[in-house]
Amino acid sequence: MVNKLVIQNLRHRPVRTLLGILAIGVEVTMVLTLIGVTNGTLSENKRQKNGVGADIWVRPPGATAIGMSNAGMKYKMIEYFEKQPHIAAATGSISQPLGTSLDSVQGIEVEKFAKLSGSFCCVEGKVFQAPDDIVIDTRWAEQKKAKVGDSMVALNRTWRISGIVETGKLGRLFLPLNLLQDLTGNPDKVSQIYLKVDDKANIKAAVAHLKNDPLLQGYSILDTEELLSQLTVDNFPMIKPFIGVVIGISVIVGFLVVFLSMYMAVLERTREIGILKSMGATPWFILSILLRETAMLAILGSVLGIGLSYVSRSAVTLYGGTFLVQEIAYDWWMKATVISLVGALLGTLYPAWKAVRQDALEALAYD
Amino acid sequence: MTENGNIISIRNLRKVYHVGDVDVEALRGVDLDVPRGEFLSIVGPSGSGKSTLFHILGGLTPPTSGTVEIDGVDLAHLSEAGRTKVRKEKVGFVFQKYNLLPTLSAGENIAIARHIAGKPPETDPWFKDALKMLGIHDRLDHKPRAMSGGEQQRVAIARGIVNHPAILLADEPTGNLDTANSDAVLALLRDLNERLGQTILMITHNPEAAEYGHRIFKMRDGHMVP
Repeated sequence: MVNKLVIQNLRHRPVRTLLGILAIGVEVTMVLTLIGVTNGTLSENKRQKNGVGADIWVRPPGATAIGMSNAGMKYKMIEYFEKQPHIAAATGSISQPLGTSLDSVQGIEVEKFAKLSGSFCCVEGKVFQAPDDIVIDTRWAEQKKAKVGDSMVALNRTWRISGIVETGKLGRLFLPLNLLQDLTGNPDKVSQIYLKVDDKANIKAAVAHLKNDPLLQGYSILDTEELLSQLTVDNFPMIKPFIGVVIGISVIVGFLVVFLSMYMAVLERTREIGILKSMGATPWFILSILLRETAMLAILGSVLGIGLSYVSRSAVTLYGGTFLVQEIAYDWWMKATVISLVGALLGTLYPAWKAVRQDALEALAYD
Repeated sequence: MTENGNIISIRNLRKVYHVGDVDVEALRGVDLDVPRGEFLSIVGPSGSGKSTLFHILGGLTPPTSGTVEIDGVDLAHLSEAGRTKVRKEKVGFVFQKYNLLPTLSAGENIAIARHIAGKPPETDPWFKDALKMLGIHDRLDHKPRAMSGGEQQRVAIARGIVNHPAILLADEPTGNLDTANSDAVLALLRDLNERLGQTILMITHNPEAAEYGHRIFKMRDGHMVP
């Protein structure tokens, strides 16, 4: 019976109810989008790193797990690594941020890179045929609606797209290593070095050997498993507080929306509260009506928010550039619902207290 | 029942309202006994204290002093929670403005009174007969806004008696109705009293309406007058 009253109350003011649900939905979407983009971008980065096919990653001191440092290692180091025990192949790359987006152009040695990753080019077109050729990945092609033969501008130069590679190979845009070295003023330098060992069983031994090499002290030398394990939110100190701030804002938004909505509802229903009290309704009964209304708003809002997170994923795919990737954060559906519920219930406390404290006689006289 | 066998027993009832810095004495020592099954009309001009008496009997406000026993329970010594229990178990209300919940149908308005009283939704056979007597048994699915004033008041009466209260308090039940509907509602109240033995206290300023009761209790300036 109470549920029926709650539903009828919500239906009685459809615009206010829909606005409440929408506001909570936006709150939930905000959380799910942030988490989805964070996780999605990290996952995509993992996929790209996995796609390199390297067993060991060598990076200069100060390099972060997700990004790349500037070209901080001499190319000749590759030859040094090739001579170390268990190392079957080695190559390096240089990375140059585009400047116009969060993406980078990767300078690679195609043959050596293909040897590590199994293959490199191409699902369409061919690898670099002319000095102004650039290779893009399928996601870049889809997002920018680019095809082989098209022209594109990057690093203040116009390039011809010669080939399209499957996404998940280190980056989205590729140039020959030596060309990018020259363009960026880093001749004979690389940002990262990738090593392939002769046998997977020797990875740990190879890493241990390199870490003990006095010439490599300070360098980051990680096997792929260890590198990928670093690509979590916990390893990016700035992301966690940011997520916390967004969740805090979401709770405040939910609190304010529900506070205003329920405050108005209590004012409007003063007489009805008086009627219920005249029938012997206890404070808990009145409270439970308002709490159930709030819970229903929060749950419906959360369902809407989950639905809207699919819309935001499409928006991120369409308009978010090629760097940001949004996943559907299934594991956050319940958490986001609880967050919205907590904000909404906090927002109901004062209106509910006002309703419970309402004098039955005054409430019945209210017009 | 009270010790003297009456369902309502009021002794030296006083009520003082504090309006700003001024104390307004609404009831100045009222004594009243109501036997079970009586239909009592309480009449008096505005400011006579009849509404205050109604509110105290209904457990909506506490008395300042005196005793008010309803079905053996002294309201004078009850907390807000105790008065809530009295409203739930001992009293049914019929208001001048019907006071139905607008979002619920007529049937649901009656059902929620059962729910609040902690009773099962199924009603007793006598209540089904009462619904027929009230002429609303086929209107229970309608929302209040789709009903006439007379119909709404009959739903309110049904809601007031559904839990078989010790007393049914009716505050100007015909105040918002035309003559035909007023007569119908008053006749129904008398029928309910006669057929079901329902004790009814009706407040009215209308002498003709008061005549429907077995007895008329006249009030003026917070006192009973002969």
